Amino acid sequence: MSERRVRPEEKIRCDACPVMCYIAEGQVGACDRYANEGGRIVRCDPLTILDRRLEQGGEIRPFLASEWDGQMLGGEDLFVSGVGSGTTYPDYKPAPFIVSREVEGADFITVVTEAIFSYCGVKVKIDTDRHLGHEAATVRCEGEAIGHVTTSEYGSQMLSLGGVEHLTGGSKSEGRVTCDALLRLCNREAVELTIDEGATVVVQAGAAPIVDGQREERMRVGCGSATIGMFAAQWQGLVDEVVVVDDHITGVVSEHQAGKVLGWPDTGIRIKGRRSTPGRYFQVAEPGRGWGGTDIEDPLTILNPWLAKKGAHPGLTLLMVSTTGEQWGYYVLDDDLVPRKAELPEALRPSVDLISENCEPALCTVMFQAGAGGSLRSGVTKNPVALTRSVQALKTRVTCGGAPAYVWPGGGITLMVDVTQMPDGSFGYVPTPALVAPLEFTLSHADYRALGGHDAQVRTVADILEKGGEYGAALRAVGTRKEQG
Amino acid sequence: MQRAQAAWLPCGRRLHLHHGPIDMILGIDGTGRDAAFRRAARRFDTLLDELVAELPRLRAPHGPRPEGETARIMAKATAPFAPEFITLMAAVAGAGAETILRAICAGPGIRRAYVNNGGDIAFHLAHGERFDAAIASAPSGLIRIHAADPVRGIATSGQGGRSHSLGIADSVTVLAHSAAQADAAATLIANAVDLPGHPAITRHPAREIAAESDLGERLVTTAIGPLTQAEIARALEAGRARAATFRRKGLIVAAHLTLQGTSITEGPLPQLQKEDLPHA
Repeated sequence: MSERRVRPEEKIRCDACPVMCYIAEGQVGACDRYANEGGRIVRCDPLTILDRRLEQGGEIRPFLASEWDGQMLGGEDLFVSGVGSGTTYPDYKPAPFIVSREVEGADFITVVTEAIFSYCGVKVKIDTDRHLGHEAATVRCEGEAIGHVTTSEYGSQMLSLGGVEHLTGGSKSEGRVTCDALLRLCNREAVELTIDEGATVVVQAGAAPIVDGQREERMRVGCGSATIGMFAAQWQGLVDEVVVVDDHITGVVSEHQAGKVLGWPDTGIRIKGRRSTPGRYFQVAEPGRGWGGTDIEDPLTILNPWLAKKGAHPGLTLLMVSTTGEQWGYYVLDDDLVPRKAELPEALRPSVDLISENCEPALCTVMFQAGAGGSLRSGVTKNPVALTRSVQALKTRVTCGGAPAYVWPGGGITLMVDVTQMPDGSFGYVPTPALVAPLEFTLSHADYRALGGHDAQVRTVADILEKGGEYGAALRAVGTRKEQG
Repeated sequence: MQRAQAAWLPCGRRLHLHHGPIDMILGIDGTGRDAAFRRAARRFDTLLDELVAELPRLRAPHGPRPEGETARIMAKATAPFAPEFITLMAAVAGAGAETILRAICAGPGIRRAYVNNGGDIAFHLAHGERFDAAIASAPSGLIRIHAADPVRGIATSGQGGRSHSLGIADSVTVLAHSAAQADAAATLIANAVDLPGHPAITRHPAREIAAESDLGERLVTTAIGPLTQAEIARALEAGRARAATFRRKGLIVAAHLTLQGTSITEGPLPQLQKEDLPHA
């Protein structure tokens, strides 16, 4: 966070106010509102228009009323987002923009605001089998507690960060650091997190996680048992035994049901750990950053002495592989039935490669989750609960910066949205501390009237493009990131 | 170019004045309220232009006596702090607030009035009146100032504001006789809260961040990593010592300093008991 991009050359003069600041490339003026972006003075927080005809992730271009040729308003193509629309809190008055536009002949209303979310946080999904920390362990940023490790998912570790307890329930510093971390995560910046008695992980939405300095490349293909099930037939005849090492369930092909149906003979192998069902072992080692999310550096440490009476014999071959195919070893039993490392036969190489090939790229996913409750709703309608009911009845579509938001069933408007689908720089903050995020409610004009909307405040898209809003007339147009559902 | 703007806040009781980098919130109680708001808005109309007319002088460490009303308040407020490096800009926010407060008070029927210029606040209290002010970092969050108290200005300086600091304080809030004096003192106390040479503190020449900064090539703080409690205490103590010097000279009434969750106070901070503040 210390690296501010600094290029002092090419100063230009801002004429937005009498101060007439000279602003260098990448800097902002004395007001913090206008900046030199690529040799042009732009407003830092313009109202953002999503233009679906611009290329995906397309360049931002200034949208000045004087340049508008009146041709751009083609129904679905333009969507006024909440980004840069401005806000008030608590919301005594109608939202900054209540936009009317024609959608397939029906007159639709979009209520556009930037909402201050006191109750908000992010759920972070980190695609890795590596042990990041124990469930419920505290997650820290710059030494402050900002969240915790929550229930892990298939192939992914989950963090729950932010929320009102950390934003306003702890010390001032905790709230400040939490808000800053959430803001950066939501704006798709990289944030370093440390987990108590666990790993240090760099999280960036849409990018691979970096665990203790190591970049994660791939997710595991499945647990060790699932891997055995998927690939047993491909190993048959090429090797006498296969162990797939995994933090959750380690699989052994000769004992596993998948091997049994192939008539796989016993090998006398004995795995340390707690046997679940035949060929499936829990807790072969401690969680860690070694093989398959365990703390194993040498896989032979999970084996007990081999039993000759159960089939072990000198020359027996063994493949040990992790669930991502990133680690593997090939061994041959010596005369004392001790496995000795040997070169991996070429014939087995494709099966190891196949495992890694079947592993998807590891990514960090950041879902912004927040409650659009309280007074915010009165910016949309005079009867707040009517909006909640309309959302729950699917009559009102909820989006954040144009990205579709999942609204939780049950009471209130608790929404969840993938931050990578939102325009750049969508999020801001207020010193409460709380995050500010764009929020749009879209519904038919008739429904809007019916739920007691601020009908007198409704404006057309054209009018907003022409005149802007109470908090400035600057607009920007960006392409939507993905086809809107 | 945008002109000065005035708009009622949603509550309909406070006025928001905006022009370029200036945002002021005004609150006035008393029978003369409406006329006072009109005087304030009229005075605000030329405030920024007056400052801009003398801007090179205001940004320079030395020079002739400035002309404008606000500029003179800045000069008067910063003079007692010489020879420490300071330009008149150290008091610009507080002085701007004072100029508008003068306009408000230039008429009858004003019981209470305040001008909050981005956290630097000038206020007026008629006999027997009082103000409760929220200080974000104070333990109780609220302080109460009575008309009999000598305080008529509150200012906060530190990281995260619009101007840059040579120090590392999260915030330094100063209570003083005037907003301009509080503003200048807060700037200098915040500069003193520091750990020179500490590796966790990132600094850049001010001109690299803002081309026209009055701080020139001086290194301003751009990032602060985690500090130990001992380091925090040491940095805060350096600031408190500076505040104590200012207090002995009668330049400030009290100061409240905060760094990474730890606070220290110099002088009497009239705190109220913690009250539950509403939040959504």
